[in-house]
Amino acid sequence: MFQYGLEHYAGIFVRSVFIENLALAYFLGMCTFLAISKNVKTALQLGVAVVVILTITVPANNLIYTLLLKKGALGWMGSGFAEVDLEFLSFISYIGVIAAMVQILEMTLDRFFPPLYNALGIFLPLITVNCAILGAALFMTQREYDLVESTVFGFGCGVGWALAIAALAGIREKMKYSDVPPPLRGLGITFITVGLMALAFMSFGGIQL
Amino acid sequence: MATSKVGKVLFGPIIDNNPIALQILGICSALAVTTSMTVSLVMSLAVIAVLACSNVAVSAIRHYIPGSIRIIVQMVVIASLVIVVDQVLKAFLYDISKQLSVFVGLIITNCIVMGRAEGFAMKNGVFMSFLDGLGNGLGYAAVLMFVAFFRELFGTGSLFGVTIMEMTRDGGWYNPNNMMLLPPSAFFLIGFLIWALRAYKPEQIEEA
Repeated sequence: MFQYGLEHYAGIFVRSVFIENLALAYFLGMCTFLAISKNVKTALQLGVAVVVILTITVPANNLIYTLLLKKGALGWMGSGFAEVDLEFLSFISYIGVIAAMVQILEMTLDRFFPPLYNALGIFLPLITVNCAILGAALFMTQREYDLVESTVFGFGCGVGWALAIAALAGIREKMKYSDVPPPLRGLGITFITVGLMALAFMSFGGIQL
Repeated sequence: MATSKVGKVLFGPIIDNNPIALQILGICSALAVTTSMTVSLVMSLAVIAVLACSNVAVSAIRHYIPGSIRIIVQMVVIASLVIVVDQVLKAFLYDISKQLSVFVGLIITNCIVMGRAEGFAMKNGVFMSFLDGLGNGLGYAAVLMFVAFFRELFGTGSLFGVTIMEMTRDGGWYNPNNMMLLPPSAFFLIGFLIWALRAYKPEQIEEA
């Protein structure tokens, strides 16, 4: 199952957290990223929810892809299915898996961890339409990760996204005290701040494990 | 149905109520694909097609969708349309679909599509929904083309792949600004666009 050494997985992790940060290098999950980054506490809660969902859905989608959708994946059903290629169904199955996983997680949390459920509250359903989740699944398919790699990748992507939103929320809290030109207030200055953060994150570009 | 209402629904989203600049919807893909104008144009057309068709489809079946599962129904409609668009792009514009990579699939979670289906198509007739989809798609396309214009012109000295300013590396005079091809420039350009738009229309300024 573990085909590669530890440093290979560590490399995927570091790459997905810093170098290919979903929010700052691929602009994924921007809508929520900009809308829910007004204070650090909510940003962190949303970040945790994203980490959990990504760590579950990316490997789950990986299983669906390798066992059902990939060309020749249905071979176990008999020789007649060996050539079946269902890859065009990947979008609709991924989004279904994500919606179902979010629903299951919501019910599990509600039943067993009520405090966490109350803390995450409205953010859980909102995550279904967060492009970072679907984006990570699509990148996983494109880069042909196996099950362990995709677990590490999903977790790393989540951590990177949570890091970025918490940092942005911290900056925006401080920005309340600054005198921003009126037309730039709110969305405009947030974009420019995110741009500067993306510049800063680019300095991680050379890291290689 | 007055002509002014048609005009408002169709052209309102381009400047007055732009989905990207004012409603903060659908930013994700807007930033990632804008390094070249050709790719942005294809992306815009794909989004306009999905948006208009999904609005029509959702509006046509709006009386038959049970309220509790409407999000899932909308999601299925949108996902099916995106699959069609993706297959068409792969068949006829293979190179560009390679460059767009995952971002065609991400039209599914583009909040503009969901937002318009939920916010407009569920309450309005088929024809108005079609116009609304078209209008919002055009608003999205306008921002995309604006950003792509600057990024391609200053990043590679060309527009739609045609050289405008000869680059120094090909013996010309223009020294390209490589930052324009990197992610941060897209954020700056949209930030400046919003600044300009709100300086021109002060009623859009947010209370901060």
